Amino acid sequence: MTAEFWITQAFNGLSYGALLFLLASGLSLIFGVMRIVNLAHGSYFMLGGYVGLSVVWRTGSFAAALVAGALAIALIGVGMERLFLRRLPGQTLGQVLMTVGFALMFQDLALLIWGGDPYTIPVPATLQGIVTAGALRFPTYRIFIIVVASLVGAVLWIVLDRTRMGAMIRAAVDDREMAQGVGIHVPVVSLGVFALGAALAALGGVIGGGFLGVYPGADFEVLPYAFVVVIVGGLGSLPGAMVGSLLVGLLDNFGKALFPELSYFTLFAPMALILALRPTGLFGRA
Amino acid sequence: MTDGATGASLRPPTVRSGLAAPATTVDRKVVAGFVALAGAGALAPVLPAYPLTLLTQAAIIAVLAMSLDVLLGYTGLPSLGHAAYFGIAAYTVAILATERQIGLAGCLVAALLLATATAAVFGVLAIRATGTYFLMITLALGMVVWGLAFRWVSMTKGDNGIAGVPRPELGLPWSLAAPLPFFYFALGAAALAWGAMGVLVRSPFGLGLKGIRESESRMRALGYNVWLHKYLAFVISGFFAAFAGVLWAYYNGFVGPADVQLVTSVETLLMVALGGPGTLAGSAFGAVAIVFLKNFVSVYTKRWLLILGAVYIGVILFAPRGVLGAFSREPRGAP
Repeated sequence: MTAEFWITQAFNGLSYGALLFLLASGLSLIFGVMRIVNLAHGSYFMLGGYVGLSVVWRTGSFAAALVAGALAIALIGVGMERLFLRRLPGQTLGQVLMTVGFALMFQDLALLIWGGDPYTIPVPATLQGIVTAGALRFPTYRIFIIVVASLVGAVLWIVLDRTRMGAMIRAAVDDREMAQGVGIHVPVVSLGVFALGAALAALGGVIGGGFLGVYPGADFEVLPYAFVVVIVGGLGSLPGAMVGSLLVGLLDNFGKALFPELSYFTLFAPMALILALRPTGLFGRA
Repeated sequence: MTDGATGASLRPPTVRSGLAAPATTVDRKVVAGFVALAGAGALAPVLPAYPLTLLTQAAIIAVLAMSLDVLLGYTGLPSLGHAAYFGIAAYTVAILATERQIGLAGCLVAALLLATATAAVFGVLAIRATGTYFLMITLALGMVVWGLAFRWVSMTKGDNGIAGVPRPELGLPWSLAAPLPFFYFALGAAALAWGAMGVLVRSPFGLGLKGIRESESRMRALGYNVWLHKYLAFVISGFFAAFAGVLWAYYNGFVGPADVQLVTSVETLLMVALGGPGTLAGSAFGAVAIVFLKNFVSVYTKRWLLILGAVYIGVILFAPRGVLGAFSREPRGAP
């Protein structure tokens, strides 16, 4: 266990945490505003990756893939929220079963359209290199992920904390009825947050497709990670999603490196501990 | 302003007709359950092999669905990790029966103990939470078990699963390796579980659970230990799920990570929702319906996931509000 090992693993964990942040921040906001347990959130990640893959194949542009993936999945999210989930206000179990129904259908549709083979999204040459610092080697692509997630996090934070729109979202998270009462059109806020969450997950899917790949089953593979982030960080809390993503990324990476057979345990046991001490998560409010 | 008034504003004391089904409806479902049991038992000898296999599977999965109903329908706690106890029991049987050649009694005791102990530990963590948090915690805890099944390769053989679990020998003239005797074995076990759970939910303890489902604050005011009731319901529910898991390992002869995955837990929720939560027999019918649907549809088309997904959505959209109204008790705007 040299210093290089620890630094490299910490860096890998950090970059994985950055990817998780893209996935989980949207899930957390959706939870916060709508109290919807969206089990199709992993599907947005997977579908985003597939859409991005198709766009890269057609146009050869990674940037176009990012935009197209995010927009396409945002549309799917809008459709799901407007046409289906809105009919089930407050029905937690109904929402769970319905979003699982969507997740199963998305899974099968993806299999139908893109087949069962795993693919990797080709990334631009500028992102393929490796940055060396002494004996340490950092893949440029992972640095790119950290930069993107930091940017997204910063923009989200500024929007949520400094703008009128952000204040409306925060009001809807804190007390839906009260927000409605002071004239905030909560259904529109909900729709916007849902679309944003779906788009962020899809963005994560396209970016993740560059190093994790795009494959059937990716949806239910990333879903528990997103849930752990949200549980650890607290519902509807952006700082929670940030800290949670980092923690989960690091725990997962060190767990896999140090105790490969128990890697899920090293991820979930700390979560259980945090829950035992703080049932609403690190940044959540009762 | 009193505590009572606050409690009332948070949890409206509405009578939910779909949830607190009138006694006659319950009785009708119980009668239907008996008829179905007797009918299946009588028909079994003349059934072809495939329907008989499905019927066996349905009987076992019905136990799983009923065990979840104790938690969901009677206590009002929607668990998203119920496959964990089912899976732990199934894995225990598979490992002990293939690697140690241990018989039915040993496997049964070990599996029930291990899975119930897991439920006892998970319950401590999960029962603290309510509403959405309960869902998420049970989901995450269920994923712990799935992660172990998937990654703890030296114990569980990972993704390959454990194959070749031998059917138990009871020392009877009929070998349980044959489909028909095993069907009767499974049917008898399912009837036993149904009876035990039926006694439980009609006992004072079960009535306490129903009371908690309707209004936790009132039950607390009446002096009930709400936490203990919920906790025991959680553990008992896990126990019966484990019982189903034991049967499943012997029935299928194979145990893999798919048995403990999230989708299995959710499918069980669907069965309960379909059959009407709070009626054990209803959950059993929901299980039978889903088992037959899944298998028949997968015979005719490869796109059965698409159809199953549509069934989920259809059930939620078109099932009577009363069936699902039971789970909307979480006040909006407060977790």
